[in-house]
Amino acid sequence: MPITVLAIFALILVVLIVGISNAPREGRKDIVSPLLGKSAPEFALPKLLEGGALYDGKSLRGGWHLVNVWGTWCGECRAEHAMLLQIKGEGRVPIIGIDWKDEDASAKDWLSQLGNPYETVVTDHDGRVAIDWGVYGAPESFLISPQGIVVEKQIGAMTSEVWQSRFLPHLSTGMPAGAKAGA
Amino acid sequence: MKLRALLAALALALALGCSAIAFAVDNTPPIADPAMQQRYVALINEFRCMQCQNEALADSNVGLAADLRLEVHDLILKGKSDEEIRDFLVARYGEFILLRPRMSLRNAWLWAAPSVLLLAGLAVALSVMRKRSRLPITDEDTSDNTADA
Repeated sequence: MPITVLAIFALILVVLIVGISNAPREGRKDIVSPLLGKSAPEFALPKLLEGGALYDGKSLRGGWHLVNVWGTWCGECRAEHAMLLQIKGEGRVPIIGIDWKDEDASAKDWLSQLGNPYETVVTDHDGRVAIDWGVYGAPESFLISPQGIVVEKQIGAMTSEVWQSRFLPHLSTGMPAGAKAGA
Repeated sequence: MKLRALLAALALALALGCSAIAFAVDNTPPIADPAMQQRYVALINEFRCMQCQNEALADSNVGLAADLRLEVHDLILKGKSDEEIRDFLVARYGEFILLRPRMSLRNAWLWAAPSVLLLAGLAVALSVMRKRSRLPITDEDTSDNTADA
């Protein structure tokens, strides 16, 4: 009998320890996006440059893309800007910027002053597309596979550590089937 | 007398001030249909503000909360049901957006744990009682019966 009681006690102890060690730190919880492994949400938004022509989200298919949600009102975005320029310099993957709830004029100023890491910047003035992408805090970055699947997401500034440990591996190993057969 | 009037006026001013603050958070235009407006108010109290995390959409003046309130507002006007609106937000932000989590296989054990523990306790209690029942019976039971009659 004492063994059963001890076993029950040990089980409760294990549950408590696991629960406490998994508790959110600093009262915040990093939310795993339900988009991971699913198709990137469809959208059509005006481009910031090129006279506001519409950009269709379907253009993301066919090659790897990094989708970066930013705004000039966002301090962390300024902090990650150098990293985005470095990613552009590496030339592995084009970056599509979603300028979230921002003024076009300040966004253009930002890009001319800090440099433009984006292949295309689209403007989401009312934030509807950001909701479809489950964005809750800029900056956020999504890696989209050639099949249009969201394979990785970073909430907060992109750092060189995050880029190398979580994003780059997809680009070197996750080649589309066709490309592998051809190589 | 004067003091009383002054206090009443003060209380009124305070109450009005508070209600003005309470109304100021939500700038979404109210829905004309009272039933729909009621659903809207209930729903925005069910969802978490993702930026502040411990506030409901209804209580937050963060930009994203305002956008999400407008989204809920528009989905109701489009004729979506409460459950469809919940699904819409969960598909984008995950279960975490629900202040009251849904029951799922992943958290079912949480719901089951109290009854499992209760059953385990009962099992222990039963086996203890069974062990004790093997002890010689005292005559307390029979004396109780006779006293009743």
